[in-house]
Amino acid sequence: MTDVPAASRALQELLPPFGPHEASAEAHRCLYCYDAPCVQACPTHIDIPTFIRKIATGNLRGSARTILEANFLGGTCARVCPVEELCEGACVLNSEEKPIAIGRLQRHAVDHVQERGVQLFRPGPPSGRRVAVVGSGPAGLSVSAELAQLGHTVTLLEKRELGGGLSTYGIIVLREPVEVALREVDAVRELGVDVQTGHELTDRAGLDVLLSEYDAVFLGLGLGAVPAMGIPGEEHLLDGLRYIEDSKIRPEVLPDAQNVVVIGAGNTAVDAATVARRRGASVTMLYRRTEAEMTAYRHEYEFALSEGIGYRFLTQPVRVLSGGGRVTGVECVRMVLGPPDAGGRPGPRPLPGSEFVVPCDAVISAIGQEKPALAVELGLEVTGGYIAVDGAMQTSMPRVYAGGDCVRARGTASTVMAVQDGKYAAAAIHRLLSSTLEAAHG
Amino acid sequence: MADLSVHFAGIRAPNPFWLASAPPTNSGAQIHRAFEHGWGGAVWKTIGAPVLNISNRYAGLSVGGQRLLAINNVELISDRPLDVNLREIAEIKRLWPDRAVIVSAMVDASPEAWREIVMMIEDTGADGIELNYGCPQGMSERGMGAAVGQVPEMCELNTHWVTSITRLPVIVKLTPNVTHITDSAHAAIAGGAHALSLINTINSVMSVDLDTLQITPSIGGRGTHGGYAGPAVKPIALNMLTELLTDEGVLRSGVPVCGMGGIQTWRDAAEFLLLGAGAVQVCTAAMHHGYRIVEDMIDGLSNWMDDKGFAALPDLTGRALPQVSTFGQLDLGYQAVARIDPDRCIQCNLCYVACNDTAHQCIDLVAPGGVRVNPGYDPRVNGRAVADTRPTPVVREPDCVGCALCANVCPVDGCIEMVSVPSTQEHVSWDQLTARRPEIASSWEAMMAYRKEQGIEIH
Repeated sequence: MTDVPAASRALQELLPPFGPHEASAEAHRCLYCYDAPCVQACPTHIDIPTFIRKIATGNLRGSARTILEANFLGGTCARVCPVEELCEGACVLNSEEKPIAIGRLQRHAVDHVQERGVQLFRPGPPSGRRVAVVGSGPAGLSVSAELAQLGHTVTLLEKRELGGGLSTYGIIVLREPVEVALREVDAVRELGVDVQTGHELTDRAGLDVLLSEYDAVFLGLGLGAVPAMGIPGEEHLLDGLRYIEDSKIRPEVLPDAQNVVVIGAGNTAVDAATVARRRGASVTMLYRRTEAEMTAYRHEYEFALSEGIGYRFLTQPVRVLSGGGRVTGVECVRMVLGPPDAGGRPGPRPLPGSEFVVPCDAVISAIGQEKPALAVELGLEVTGGYIAVDGAMQTSMPRVYAGGDCVRARGTASTVMAVQDGKYAAAAIHRLLSSTLEAAHG
Repeated sequence: MADLSVHFAGIRAPNPFWLASAPPTNSGAQIHRAFEHGWGGAVWKTIGAPVLNISNRYAGLSVGGQRLLAINNVELISDRPLDVNLREIAEIKRLWPDRAVIVSAMVDASPEAWREIVMMIEDTGADGIELNYGCPQGMSERGMGAAVGQVPEMCELNTHWVTSITRLPVIVKLTPNVTHITDSAHAAIAGGAHALSLINTINSVMSVDLDTLQITPSIGGRGTHGGYAGPAVKPIALNMLTELLTDEGVLRSGVPVCGMGGIQTWRDAAEFLLLGAGAVQVCTAAMHHGYRIVEDMIDGLSNWMDDKGFAALPDLTGRALPQVSTFGQLDLGYQAVARIDPDRCIQCNLCYVACNDTAHQCIDLVAPGGVRVNPGYDPRVNGRAVADTRPTPVVREPDCVGCALCANVCPVDGCIEMVSVPSTQEHVSWDQLTARRPEIASSWEAMMAYRKEQGIEIH
């Protein structure tokens, strides 16, 4: 396994792991529903009652297999899934008492095998077919694992130094330690997938090379950086995604700010604010609309409040103030909500003459992510800036498939949806390769 | 506040909660502490022949994460010298004159041995003697305990030896390791027993350890059967109690019965009392939680009696016995069906799968629109919204045989109820029916003809 910088452990995982008794007691609370709603609510349709029953009977390896067969990234999803919106939100016990802690039970089972290096899956008998997967985030790992088990030779190309994509670089340690993400990269390696890091796809020519060398290509490109705000002093803004990445991989480079302002109110903004807060800063989040329009999950918002993070709603930054090369504050303007905008939410507009300054020594921008720029470069059809795919995750180009964030606007259950994209794409690619295989044999 | 005092075969106690002869009653110091907590009586751990105990002695049964639903033991009778026990018994009785102090005894099956120990027990001032004809392990191999209790003639003879020489009330403690508990009871009564108590522990092998592959408890790599007790045995004890208290021979003798076997709470005790027990004995629950449990036992029973308007124990003793019947006396015409309260149903669908797989396939899944659907889901619909589209189980009443499996698996209190419905069948018992038309019991053709007459359709 790749070594993780020790300093990244400074921020510990928020929820401690279940102990054996705790897991057993919680597993025994599960009713073992028939045709259970949690299974349906999970985008990857893990057989949740079965894996929980296996924990209850002490069959942890079987439990992990039940999970990982449906979701190869069960370890990540156990930590980052918005379970309140999905499995746990659908638990029948919501109406009576507390839902089952499905996420934490899943983590208990998956960690059990992954910490012990238990190999549950094997590569399939070689098909002689080759698939290139671009991007080693959740979608890329999922499709790679599926295809490798079907016997196809998979090359997984990752532009960064470490594999794992969003799981490695974009999820704060409080939710998922880097080791967990890297274990999943190692798990696809164990299936014979050739993971090549430092290998970036940049243009159409590169895609053509892949198409000439491989029978199919899957694009799990993810999204870009935080978009520019176009305000004076922009150069002083810290990129929220970069901030989170640094907090995981190289925490020593994070600025030691005392008063941090975070612009945005989505889940990434909450994550960045949480890291800054846990590093000891006083943190204020600025959002131009109100609580009601926030894109962060309700539980994320409440979590931020419980961490002592302050919110200023109806506030739009208009200028980053600095002196002597250091940030001194953010000039803001009060907003009022008007008629619905294109997105259907009330459109905010500035209240003239309401300018005020929020003093601070660091400003983090987390107002969203840029759409996948490479999509257009590759000559693929796009919808709303995202790569267009059909129900089988096929792009407008034959033999090219895509999945994960690059095919879908953020705000949905990204990791678990990306895993499911990978499963759909793998099934489609397998069908394609099987049919061409038959054709070749005449 | 209800009067909980007990008058049992001449033995008086302030309440019916007595500690059974077992590890909780091993010494004067322990019983002194137990009485301080409020126990109404104690049956001193069996005294008698010299013994050597082994290690370890207990194995526990956990089910669904709940520990000690049962315990089994390979412990023997008291391993403290006889004179120490006798001295402490006398001391306890002097300190606690209002509490029932009963001495359990077990000696070789000879009149001399019994005479000797009975004299010693009488000298302590104890209120009664309990003859341990029950322990199934350890002592039975030496011709004592269950070896006596399992042979009616031995039971009668041994009991007679004791009752013919003592002025104290004699309680015979029966072993459940017999086919007919009433045979043992009759033998004890014939031997002059003043009271009966039951049940002693049941023969059992608790488990095999899947890590070590050893039988539990493993005694130096070997295992043996032990005596099974605890909450899991309560239904067996209640049945045996019921058998005794509906038996003509036992009823005619008028001997009271002290009930035990799995009593954990005042609720369990109340059930024993309603089925006719004159007092109850407790062991495993005290071994699990300590003597302190008696406070709630007394308080809970008293509050429940106040709620029900029972002023004293005799008002409720045996109140449930008149319902006891044989299968042949039950009303064949009675019909109940399961009804699911849709407002309480949480849609776990356990009733559906239980009925569909293992009962009579009479529960349907009905979607919110009222359409009957099959199990399964649309994989494209994710998120918590699925809870709103989930089908609800609905009983097809004409097909429901009233087996009550669904009501038993339902995890929500009061959600599935077995409701009595009018029946077109005649209200007749099997005994009455077959007395009138004996051919129904021997000929399928006659049975089918009767069903046709009654409009009984079995699908």
